[in-house]
Amino acid sequence: MKKTSADVLPAVGGQGNEPLLAVDNLHVEFHTRAGVVRAVNGVSYTVAPGETLAVLGESGSGKSVTAQAIMGILDMPPAVIPKGEIRFKGTDLLKLSEHDRTHVRGQRIAMIFQDALSALNPVFTVGWQISEMFRVHRGMSKSEAMKKAVELMDRVRIPAAKQRVHDYPHQFSGGMRQRIMIAMSIALDPEVLIADEPTTALDVTVQAQIMELLAELQRESQMGLILITHDLGVVADVADKIAVMYAGRIVENAPVYDIYKAPAHPYTKGLLDSIPRVDQKGHELYAIKGLPPNLLDLPTGCAFHPRCPLRQENCVTDAPPLYEISGTRGSACHYWREVLDGERR
Amino acid sequence: MANGGEPVLEVRDLVKHFPLNQGIVFKKQIGSIKAVDGVSFDLHRGETLGIVGESGCGKSTLAKVLMALERPTSGSVKIGGRDIGQARGGELKRMRRNIQMVMQDPYTSLNPRMTVGDIIGEPYEIHTEVAPKGDRRKKVQELLEVVGLNPDHINRYPHQFSGGQRQRIGIARGLALQPEIIVCDEPVSALDVSIQAQVINLLERLQNEFGLAYIFIAHDLSVVRHISDRVGVMYLGKFVELGKDAEIYDRPAHPYTQALLSAVPVPDPEGRERRERIILQGDPPSPANPPSGCRFRTRCWKAQEICAQEEPLLQIRPGTGHLSACHFAETHDVVHAG
Repeated sequence: MKKTSADVLPAVGGQGNEPLLAVDNLHVEFHTRAGVVRAVNGVSYTVAPGETLAVLGESGSGKSVTAQAIMGILDMPPAVIPKGEIRFKGTDLLKLSEHDRTHVRGQRIAMIFQDALSALNPVFTVGWQISEMFRVHRGMSKSEAMKKAVELMDRVRIPAAKQRVHDYPHQFSGGMRQRIMIAMSIALDPEVLIADEPTTALDVTVQAQIMELLAELQRESQMGLILITHDLGVVADVADKIAVMYAGRIVENAPVYDIYKAPAHPYTKGLLDSIPRVDQKGHELYAIKGLPPNLLDLPTGCAFHPRCPLRQENCVTDAPPLYEISGTRGSACHYWREVLDGERR
Repeated sequence: MANGGEPVLEVRDLVKHFPLNQGIVFKKQIGSIKAVDGVSFDLHRGETLGIVGESGCGKSTLAKVLMALERPTSGSVKIGGRDIGQARGGELKRMRRNIQMVMQDPYTSLNPRMTVGDIIGEPYEIHTEVAPKGDRRKKVQELLEVVGLNPDHINRYPHQFSGGQRQRIGIARGLALQPEIIVCDEPVSALDVSIQAQVINLLERLQNEFGLAYIFIAHDLSVVRHISDRVGVMYLGKFVELGKDAEIYDRPAHPYTQALLSAVPVPDPEGRERRERIILQGDPPSPANPPSGCRFRTRCWKAQEICAQEEPLLQIRPGTGHLSACHFAETHDVVHAG
């Protein structure tokens, strides 16, 4: 009998108020020939069952690296995790052995990747790839596992699943491929699902289909969902709470309604202001000045200060902590009060 | 914007089919991909026409035919009154000066082995009459300044620039020959959100400065609305709706446009439970074998018998103020895009 994930982790509930998944002061560095890249610098967030956390940020903000650290799929080396904890129901995943970690990965915490075509193996049929989850983790026979694969393809609404189970990834459209990825990720009923830009490569019409499917699956199984994206529209549609990342830190976290009504960090405000709005047609769009920072050589003090319109002297020297605004809200800006009171453009 | 005078670009019944062949030695045509299948529009000086649609609807093929990179199967593309499809040799070369392109991916559309100066100056090598040899370096530096880059960086290589800066290089290359028309194929979709606004502002400033006409192809509908004077919605190689930006966005008449607009996530969580959303089922049909009659009917909730038999023409329908191709067109405000 194979060891199952239940042997490694308690099946239900952790200790007391421990959330489903908690990332606590996580640091990730990459040791490269050019120097140390500090990709994640003290990120903390939590996800509860049935909750959707959106992690918002641009490329290089560390949002995907954090997710990869949770999944345990970072290449180490060059990646190093010098500090921090990732607690799943109270158990620190970073302290588990690689063997035990394998039981968590895919079974308890699963992930959907951005580019479904490159995430699927082109030389195996999709049925084989989906059923592999059952063969490897559940020890099912080939025919049993294949039956389960068809069920799953039905569940993610792939038409004519029974016939298409023997097709190869290239025979599917982009949206259908992403459904196959979702089928694989939910195969073993994970409790946390990480979706890393799941719809970025897709058309808006297909994006709407996929986001609806994810929401439905989440309602059915009460998964905690971590949605990693740079799309402010998608976030507004589905998120319960948001963590905005910049240069490897969370610069603002808040419930979704609060952040759109009144952002408390100049970066968040800049992002929201740069969305084209109808009443701004014919006018110049607001644009955040400058370029995203070089992670090899982060600015001193607040990493956003070279691009910040509210910069003061102490921003250059003192890195702001994540100030608590309310029980559910925080902002890493010395002047969050001014930002919060400031007018939206 | 300007709607008077002669159009700089006239497109009439443009068709581009790609043959589908079978067999290796004895090739036999077994069908064709109808990538662009009857598209007509005018473009005036200083005007921006936005083109939206799902992937595979023929947006990029249309761009290629306009650029004379592909020859049209039938129909005409007239630039300044002359048909680019009929032109050959020296005449075609001169006409191409007038229409330039900005590509989607600034990471692959710039040759990594050429310096920025060589990339932007390359059009002058081909069209030597535009700038005499001695002048070129100076011209390139002027262009760099126009797009907001440091003219001293002329000897740098593309990898030394960020994504937004690279797109500026691509724009400078497009401007080099002082064209009247620039075709922008997804110019900002590869860029970070905070950089997109910078590049869009640049494109708008250049338009005002040089009176450029843009064909702006993008899938981000809010960006298209911001920059466009008119918008064309494409589905399987045809325009299904064409009108002023406010007409398309506030009073869409074609069901496909309505579905497309309703699928765009609104960046404001307020009232998200009550928002009307039309979710289209399935994927667009194959352009090799489009449905009879109206091409959208297989995914349309309004489809009736007539839709399978008779192809709806792009015309002004009763109760609507702009062109749409639906037997049952009626305006319906689906999104209150704010």
